[in-house]
Amino acid sequence: MKITVDEEKCCGAGQCVLIAPEVFDQRDEDGIVVLLDAEPAAEHHGLVRESASVCPAAAIHLDEA
Amino acid sequence: MTTYPAAPDTSRTPGIPDFPAPRSSACPFAPSPELSALAEHGPVRRVRSWGDSTPWVVTGHAEQKVLLSDPRLSVDFANPGFPSPIDPRHSRAHGERPDLSFVGMDDPEHTRLRRMISGTFTIKRVEAMRPAVQRMTDRLVDEMLAGPNPADLVQALALPLPSLVISELLGVPYDDHEFFQTNSKTLVSAVATGEERGRAHKALGDYLDDLIGEKIAEPGDDLLSKLGRHVRDGELTRREAATMGVLLLLGGHETTANMISLGTLLLLQHPGQLAVVRDTDDPRVVVGAVEELLRYLSIVHLGRRRTALADIEIAGQTIGAGEGVILLGELANRDPLVFEDPDRLDITRNARQHQAFGGGTHHCIGQPLARLELQVLYPTLFRRIPTLRAEVPLEETRFKYDAVIYGLHELPVSW
Ligand code: HEM
Ligand code: HEM
Ligand code: SF4
Repeated sequence: MKITVDEEKCCGAGQCVLIAPEVFDQRDEDGIVVLLDAEPAAEHHGLVRESASVCPAAAIHLDEA
Repeated sequence: MTTYPAAPDTSRTPGIPDFPAPRSSACPFAPSPELSALAEHGPVRRVRSWGDSTPWVVTGHAEQKVLLSDPRLSVDFANPGFPSPIDPRHSRAHGERPDLSFVGMDDPEHTRLRRMISGTFTIKRVEAMRPAVQRMTDRLVDEMLAGPNPADLVQALALPLPSLVISELLGVPYDDHEFFQTNSKTLVSAVATGEERGRAHKALGDYLDDLIGEKIAEPGDDLLSKLGRHVRDGELTRREAATMGVLLLLGGHETTANMISLGTLLLLQHPGQLAVVRDTDDPRVVVGAVEELLRYLSIVHLGRRRTALADIEIAGQTIGAGEGVILLGELANRDPLVFEDPDRLDITRNARQHQAFGGGTHHCIGQPLARLELQVLYPTLFRRIPTLRAEVPLEETRFKYDAVIYGLHELPVSW
């Protein structure tokens, strides 16, 4: 799994941070998403998928190859 | 956020339903049968609204999610096709619409302004406010218990809590809380006249304008000081900064208040689920319950309203450039494709996909704070007042059927 995030679209909602804190964080200045781990270990994949589908701005893209 | 009459029952066209439709009596916690019926003929359809306009309504969860993030939809209510209950001729005759800062702007200007303050609403910062929110809630419950029994929960808890939290966030000095509370109460009051509301709006704007001046001279670590730095750097006028402060106050006041009162009444109807919220030691249970209440109650009515700036293909329909679009969040939140048995309240379900806070670039900026307030309020209330009950039977409770922010006029309770 490879994750990319779209900082332009991100509305800083932090839902990803709540669901998968090992993988996502937020910038202090404006709350925009910070990707901590673009290729997380398999044990995180479930929560990463939930983050992507819950993200209210559709700013998280997954490449599941 | 004022109360609007339903669309007049004129110029009907066969085959096109009215929106909003007059409401028949049915469960006060659910979308009306007339509204739910709009979802029966596919996720995207035309309605007749407000005079002779025929905007689109979108009822499906997936379609709304896509459209909320589509930059071809504009929130600017100056667009001629904007679907609104306010007749533009009428509002021109009565002076300008109030400036709502970035909630009424499109990107990139919207995002430029929003990102000046979005850092205040990160999960970390908001979580750090939890002890303060707990203290404020406890104090309000103390005051309610010390006062007359029965009491009106709307006046005693629901309205003051969000206003106290926002004054803390903005950095309003403690001595001014009463002035701030009084005026913000008038601003969202259903009984105040337009003139009284206008005066309260101006008083708060002027007050925040002065306060930002003080924060520029002596900054703290609050939100107005942050805006003060942008004013100092020439990125914002003081008035624009003050308008943003009023926007936060308005956006967070009645919404959170109505979730508090309506959620309390709903849980009182479901004593088993209320007991779970009251007795659990697991904060995740409360978090999940709040998401389900947000989904189930979906208090922001009348839709996220937009105008298409270009032709948009969605669900086999073409929304034409210039046409109005109404995204009905309360139906997205009852979409059976996403929520199993959607009309059942189940605080143990995973309701995180709800759209109670909208989505896309205008997704509610205050949502972490609103969630925090609700997560603190419900368990505190039911733990501290285990005998809490509604004084008035459900049939006599006054629901705000015609308001944009759905909720209760009052909630008389005793203990
Ligand atoms: C979140 C921040 C918000 C603020 C500060 C805000 C404030 C206001 C104010 C001050 C007005 C003008 C009232 C008047 O002209 O009588 C207004 C109008 C209106 N608001 Fe809100 N509002 C907010 C969000 C919402 C939301 C989420 C909805 C729900 C869809 C909504 C629906 C409306 C409607 C239907 C009008 C009538 C004006 C029009 O349609 O052009 N507002 N709002
Ligand atoms: C349970 C309580 C709340 C609900 C249900 C709610 C709902 C919403 C919704 C649906 C929108 C989207 C409007 C649109 O797309 O047109 C919105 C926007 C907004 N809300 Fe909230 N809200 C709540 C609490 C708050 C709080 C506590 C604050 C302030 C601290 C706040 C401030 C705002 C602002 C400023 C916007 C405009 C965002 C933008 O345009 O970028 N809201 N809210
Ligand atoms: S959930 Fe989406 S919008 Fe929210 S911070 Fe994460 S990426 Fe950004």
